[in-house]
Amino acid sequence: MSHHIVEFKNVFFRYPDGTEALKGVNFRITHGESVGVVGANGAGKSTLLQHMNGYLMPTSGTVTIGDLTLTGKTKREFRKKVGIVFQNPDDQLFMPTVFDDVAFGPLNLGMDEASVRERVRKALGMVNSLDLQDKPPHHLSSGQKSAVAIASVMAMEPDILAMDEPAANLDPRSRRSLISLLKTFKHSKIIASHDLDLILDVCERCIVIGGGAVVADGPSAEILSNKAFLEENNLELPLSFQGRS
Amino acid sequence: MTFDTLYFDIGRMDRLSYRETFVHRLDPRAKVIATILFLFTVISFPKYEIVALAPFFLYPVLLLTVGEIPVRFIIKKMIVVSPFAVFIGIFNPILDTRTAAVIFGVSLSAGWISFLSILLKFALTISAALLLIATTSFPGVCHALRRLGFPALFVSQLLFLYRYLFVLMEEAMRIVRAREMRSFGSRGTGMKVFVRLIGILFLRTMDRAERIYYAMLSRGFHGDIPSLKRSRIAFRDLAFMAITIAFLAVFRFLPITEGIGRVA
Repeated sequence: MSHHIVEFKNVFFRYPDGTEALKGVNFRITHGESVGVVGANGAGKSTLLQHMNGYLMPTSGTVTIGDLTLTGKTKREFRKKVGIVFQNPDDQLFMPTVFDDVAFGPLNLGMDEASVRERVRKALGMVNSLDLQDKPPHHLSSGQKSAVAIASVMAMEPDILAMDEPAANLDPRSRRSLISLLKTFKHSKIIASHDLDLILDVCERCIVIGGGAVVADGPSAEILSNKAFLEENNLELPLSFQGRS
Repeated sequence: MTFDTLYFDIGRMDRLSYRETFVHRLDPRAKVIATILFLFTVISFPKYEIVALAPFFLYPVLLLTVGEIPVRFIIKKMIVVSPFAVFIGIFNPILDTRTAAVIFGVSLSAGWISFLSILLKFALTISAALLLIATTSFPGVCHALRRLGFPALFVSQLLFLYRYLFVLMEEAMRIVRAREMRSFGSRGTGMKVFVRLIGILFLRTMDRAERIYYAMLSRGFHGDIPSLKRSRIAFRDLAFMAITIAFLAVFRFLPITEGIGRVA
């Protein structure tokens, strides 16, 4: 399947208040690739992700997935293809029970009851959270919330999974199980994070954003071991590369 | 009562509704209809009625017992809202001074009787409403309302209210704690700061609303919140409704209490 290629061509974006968030972003992600997006606070990572499913529209330049170019008309198609997992699960889990939340996407796709139930069961099974389905989200722990948030996106069966800081607020063990979970997904993945060890573990490729443009793009192991370059971009060596003296 | 205890109190109410008893298992629709009928029956009594209201306490007491809801918890909640009822009725004894009855030589004015009647009705209606919430999960109530024909917009507002009540309260709790930690003594706790805190909370809520909307759009939202049928009316639900309706009708239209009084 070669049609899940994500391509940003010379994408500029300016917020209504005049802030230039993206200044000519170019990259191309092929099918099945895992790509980490890193950069300093305010470098434009979240803005970039919000272009992935048409929540924000480029001021100029194009975003394409396969043969589909992002416009006002193709927004809905984009949202079917790209599943976005948010940094804060409380923003993502807006329905009163876990079941309803995971079912929200499939129901909006107009599926019938039996297939919705099947999708929900599959998605929750994937993140080992089947027993949570009748619980309201505010009775869940942060780790459970983030698992359910992923399930709610997986239930739409997207081709591409985009995540914003998936491991924020997780304890080390939940973080570890999230990492092993992410490794089992065969989707194209785009993960924006400051957790460089997570990127190193999950993504073979890494894009560094600085000042609204791509400043580096290459194999994670290579980029994330270049100490001088990382420090230039407000980053540092992943902990696993830092020798303890 | 501090903000924290208030927060955990609501949480407790919510947890009660996820228990498993006969009352909890009844279909939410049956309970919603029964409660609405109960409320209308109680408020349909004339303003000087006291005696005929007494048997209606059977309904909340039964729900309370079978649903294993702690009595003190419900009574506490009722006391919290009681000022409303008290202020509605407090002037009746002053304005309505006709003598209605003489008990042991003390004349009782009609105002006192109507005041007492208001309090009784208040106790009955509030306890019934509280028990509905304490024995039915809130999403259950919402789905019941939706399927009974309430407008979709109204029901989704209720669902969001429930979902984000806890998130918002935690947000407020964090702000309040942060203030307390740095306001030594009374400085920083005044009205001026309070107003600003409310402002901050409002802004944060707006931001959150936008992120939630984004999340909804990402999952194909286009104006209506869909939901699946989750429950069927079973025999016990029909039985529960039939008994409730019979109970309400008998005690509303037949002078049972008076009858018992005469026989005794």
